[in-house]
Amino acid sequence: MIDTPEPGSVIDGFRLGEMIHAGSMATIFRLAGPEGPLPLIMKIPRLGPGERAVNVIGFEVCRTVLGAMGQGRHHPTLVAYGDVETTPYLVMEFIEGARLGDWIERTPLPPAEIARLGAAMALALVELHGQDVVHLDLKPTNVVFRPNGEAVLIDFGLAHHGHFPDLLAEELRIPVGNWVYMAPEQLMGVRCDPRSDIFALGAMLYELATGRLPFGHPDSVAKLRRRLYQDPVPLRALVAATPEWLQEIVLRCLEVDARDRYSSANEVALALSAPTQVPLTERGARRRGAGLLALARRRMRAARFEPAPCPPPSTQPAAARLVAVALAPQEENEQLRIALRGAAQDAAVADPRCRIACITVVPPAAALSGEGDEAFATRRHIRRLVELRNWAKPLALPEERVTFHVLESDKPGAALVDYAAMNDVSHLLLGASGGGASARRFSGVGAHVVATAPCTVTVVRPRAED
Amino acid sequence: MGAHRYAFLGDHVGYGADPVAVVELIERYAASGAVVVLGNHDAAAIGRPDDALNRNALAAVAWTRAQLGPKQQSFLASLPLAVADDPILFVHASAAAPEQWIYVTGPREAAESLRAANATYVFSGHVHEQTLYYTGSSGIPMQFRPVPGTPIPVAKHHRWLAIVGSVGQPRDGNNAACYALFDTERERLTYFRVPYDHSSTIRKIRAAGLPDRLALRLERGS
Repeated sequence: MIDTPEPGSVIDGFRLGEMIHAGSMATIFRLAGPEGPLPLIMKIPRLGPGERAVNVIGFEVCRTVLGAMGQGRHHPTLVAYGDVETTPYLVMEFIEGARLGDWIERTPLPPAEIARLGAAMALALVELHGQDVVHLDLKPTNVVFRPNGEAVLIDFGLAHHGHFPDLLAEELRIPVGNWVYMAPEQLMGVRCDPRSDIFALGAMLYELATGRLPFGHPDSVAKLRRRLYQDPVPLRALVAATPEWLQEIVLRCLEVDARDRYSSANEVALALSAPTQVPLTERGARRRGAGLLALARRRMRAARFEPAPCPPPSTQPAAARLVAVALAPQEENEQLRIALRGAAQDAAVADPRCRIACITVVPPAAALSGEGDEAFATRRHIRRLVELRNWAKPLALPEERVTFHVLESDKPGAALVDYAAMNDVSHLLLGASGGGASARRFSGVGAHVVATAPCTVTVVRPRAED
Repeated sequence: MGAHRYAFLGDHVGYGADPVAVVELIERYAASGAVVVLGNHDAAAIGRPDDALNRNALAAVAWTRAQLGPKQQSFLASLPLAVADDPILFVHASAAAPEQWIYVTGPREAAESLRAANATYVFSGHVHEQTLYYTGSSGIPMQFRPVPGTPIPVAKHHRWLAIVGSVGQPRDGNNAACYALFDTERERLTYFRVPYDHSSTIRKIRAAGLPDRLALRLERGS
């Protein structure tokens, strides 16, 4: 055991610096040495007589999960660890940045800022869930935003990794984790559902939007169980200016049955980054919660609450496959338009769950000159959207499967590649450059995209006429 | 793979068309220190009656018995039901009553085997699918289906029962052979699946006139 570590102590060659956290589960120090490429921290679990068994297991879980994930943008890199029986510690990357908790102090936040923070967190979850990891303890103190806006999730002591035996599954007869943000199925001991993280994300977005907690601060298991039947007060009843799309997204994340939530973090990210495309339902417009009678009925049903089965591992990213179709603005080549539509149709039929994002890229508004630029930019934006919708109409896709995006950039290739990376696009379709003034402007894009896109790229070309 | 020692968990013969070659191979490993335990099909093949075997298995056992010479028979007869090598116990079926060939197919059977085993790690065969059971403080084992090739930390303050899986006679649609590697120093257990020339095995089973069910199972993987 390490006896009372303090700044200046040396453990296995690591010299402790400032203590930055002292909690019930662990103490955390910055490391003062040795020098290395990453700023580091050491986390020392509180073990020994009188401490909770979950601390030891949490330490092992953290080591296993972070160790298996290796390096990534959305979780700290594990650098070293000590033996659980003699010198338990974890040395990890220190994540520089502000915690989500810092924003909570300034609630209610403007919707655009909530969307930005939420989309960043959802993308972090995409990376996690894609590796069969479920965090299960998301809360504002466990999310750090790097200066570039990327979200990093920290503290994996309660996480579940589908490739390893879940040591916590048997220990947690009483739900452990933060009760405020905990999903209903977690109360029943379910630990393998990525949609539990989507619930917690919804709870955090609710807090950002209203300054209140969706289910208060339960202090007993009985009060904790209320989320099995009680709706949170609609956001718009607390902050009247909340847009319907935001309420729609947040309340959908907070659905009791995991099957009624977004099926993947990918979809949440997409919804938050294209608010105008969010299909609105009664959820988004709601001004008050369910009536007493409905509540009583739901409470009866909640007694027999059966959590949804966990989705099979490693299929999570596939569940929300996103196919992007790039069209040059004002594409005049009808044969190419038809060929692209055919390719999109094939993708939509081959995978009936995939979604299609229709994209075009226009020069930035700032590059325009003269009076009335803003009005011109808006009109142009709308025209391009109409163009995309028209193009997609014959596909006859339901509205939740297709979205439209007009990106502004003077480098269409780079804009498409960025879009594909940010939204985890799995397949990008674009037209071969051919005739037409606009198509020529789009030319050269193909080669750049094919070379640098982080996904499969198909260059679509109409059959040459004989 | 860097293995320093080998363990063979039983049912060496009774399914395939090369019983003599298999026994001779295992004998050589045993001579250089490998752990070898007896399986129920081996026991039947040396004349110990087993009511639990079905018609196909009995036919295969009768065929196998006729192939084995006295040398192979006496080697199989010398095999123990279990080998304890602290902190590990090797046993073909449940450690609760190894001679009764109880299948460890769920947490309850795993709990009974672990209780009787008095070991931190129990390695078993008998059941054909790779499975790992583990217990913490509460004592109730949890069941886990391992991902081949992923090293699993198996700290010694928990208890572990590993079903290593079978070489041949798969039940999970995958006709690759199963094995596992235990790194005792780093406390890591890795399960593996390795494809082999199962078509030759099928051909030999049919040529030997063994029950076709055995060949079919290899062909289909289930």
